[in-house]
Amino acid sequence: MKIADFVAQVKSGQKTARAFAEEALAKAREVGEYHALLALTEARALQRADEIDARVRNGEDPGKLAGVPFVVKDNYLAFGAPTTAASKILENFDAPLQATVVEKLEREGAICIGKSNLDAFAHGGSTENSAYGVTHNAHDTTKVAGGSSGGSAVITALDVVPFALGSDTGGSIRQPASFNGVFGMKPTYGMSSRYGVVAMASSTDVMGCFAKSAEDIALVESVIAGRDPKDMTTLPDYFVPTSDVKPGLKIGLIKETMTADVDDEVRAATNAYVETLRSLGHTVEEVNMPSVKYALAIYYIVVPAELSSNLARYDGIRYGRRAEGVTSLAELYGRSRAEGFVTENKRRIMIGSYVLSSGYFDAYYLQAQKARTVLINEFNELFKTYDYLLTPTAPTPAFGIGENTEDPVKMYLADVMTVPASLAGLPAISAPAGTSASGLPIGVQIIGPARSDAGVIALAGQVGAHHG
Amino acid sequence: MSTITTDDVRHLAQLSNLQISDDEVENLRGDLENILGYIELLGELDTTGVAPTYQVTGLENVWRDDEVQTSSVTRERLLSLAPEQADNSVKVPKVL
Repeated sequence: MKIADFVAQVKSGQKTARAFAEEALAKAREVGEYHALLALTEARALQRADEIDARVRNGEDPGKLAGVPFVVKDNYLAFGAPTTAASKILENFDAPLQATVVEKLEREGAICIGKSNLDAFAHGGSTENSAYGVTHNAHDTTKVAGGSSGGSAVITALDVVPFALGSDTGGSIRQPASFNGVFGMKPTYGMSSRYGVVAMASSTDVMGCFAKSAEDIALVESVIAGRDPKDMTTLPDYFVPTSDVKPGLKIGLIKETMTADVDDEVRAATNAYVETLRSLGHTVEEVNMPSVKYALAIYYIVVPAELSSNLARYDGIRYGRRAEGVTSLAELYGRSRAEGFVTENKRRIMIGSYVLSSGYFDAYYLQAQKARTVLINEFNELFKTYDYLLTPTAPTPAFGIGENTEDPVKMYLADVMTVPASLAGLPAISAPAGTSASGLPIGVQIIGPARSDAGVIALAGQVGAHHG
Repeated sequence: MSTITTDDVRHLAQLSNLQISDDEVENLRGDLENILGYIELLGELDTTGVAPTYQVTGLENVWRDDEVQTSSVTRERLLSLAPEQADNSVKVPKVL
């Protein structure tokens, strides 16, 4: 069911917000074995639903998302249950405020019913790094959900809620969207506020959402987008949703993402998507983007550097879990952090410390930031000729649970197609493109120039209505 | 290719305020060596004369009025988040 149908029924009194919230909560319990959610926010959800219903009865405007249930990734500060970031160090963290994005959704009447699982602190591409257990893929429980926003992708795919929030630093919305067969949008850097979301890498973190249709993505983004005085990196308001697609677009298929290393079925699904684009009157040509080869290396220098700084605040002093039986301050820091972080957090923090060390700074961090410029210049050059760029979202469909956990580099390679748009701050959507012979979803990624978010979503919607 | 020793791992752990066990040291040593081995790929890219990118929006000097902003969060609420408190303060082990 589309978001607009929820809202219409609530506003007309045909069905109450409370009934929708109860239904979503019941569905969430039914699909408990996927372990997509870390907590339900039941009491608060029902109370808010009653408030929405009262507004409807009193003839007040209940908002453009009146009574629409949603799920929030558990790295957003949100009331109703602890905000854990799927880590032990924030196990009982009772957020004193809510993320701007959550506040905006609530102001329009949307109702948060639960908090979804993720890789701890959003470090990962499979949701296997959660301190609270792995989330299972919506289409095959032996496969990973993708990550890091795996719980939100699965809960959307299972139709528990019509949309869910995620965060995307290098592919954490797009990759799980492709693994679970839903739409997942990473907006332009700065389109929506980062305030009140547990920071990972400040120069690429963006807030976005999952939904079953491009139309619903556009509606949710229209609520969460906009400048926030509490996040000085937000852009002046520009997002206006549209379903109009300019006829005869020029689209570049990035050749370096269609090499023999990429799964055959992923390439076939991408080629089928290209055919649908052509049948709609658009032109698709292969384009070269040589720096794609370096994007993942740039990402795994810049992002650990930033996150090692951002995670320095988790020290067991002012909030979060504190190690017991410590005798010195150094031991308090060292043990609280060692006990509170998962292994992948430690790897990334230590890589960050390494690349920022004085002897290595030029060779790693500075070189990566220069290479980032090279990558951005290549995007700019391509967008002089092409309206949008196309890639598969991930090199494979969902892999098996446990398949890549022993080899961090192999795990990182699942992000290889999504990190370029993150490093350049560009809007990108993952759209369902097909299924493998074994029934696993495959997604493609449409990347647009900065601030072309509405166009990216509209194009995904146009193809979605005609594809497969 | 970078070689990472167990002493390097201990040094990085100390820089990162992580008290890790001996078992972890050995595992992390291998992981870090593999990750650094991968990112060294960047060394082959010629970036002579290229300026580094630190931000992508192009925004600069985002001003606001220099006014005190009120917060919905009280001092008591923030203090209540600390693992140990006493006398309206956050309690920590002796430093000196």
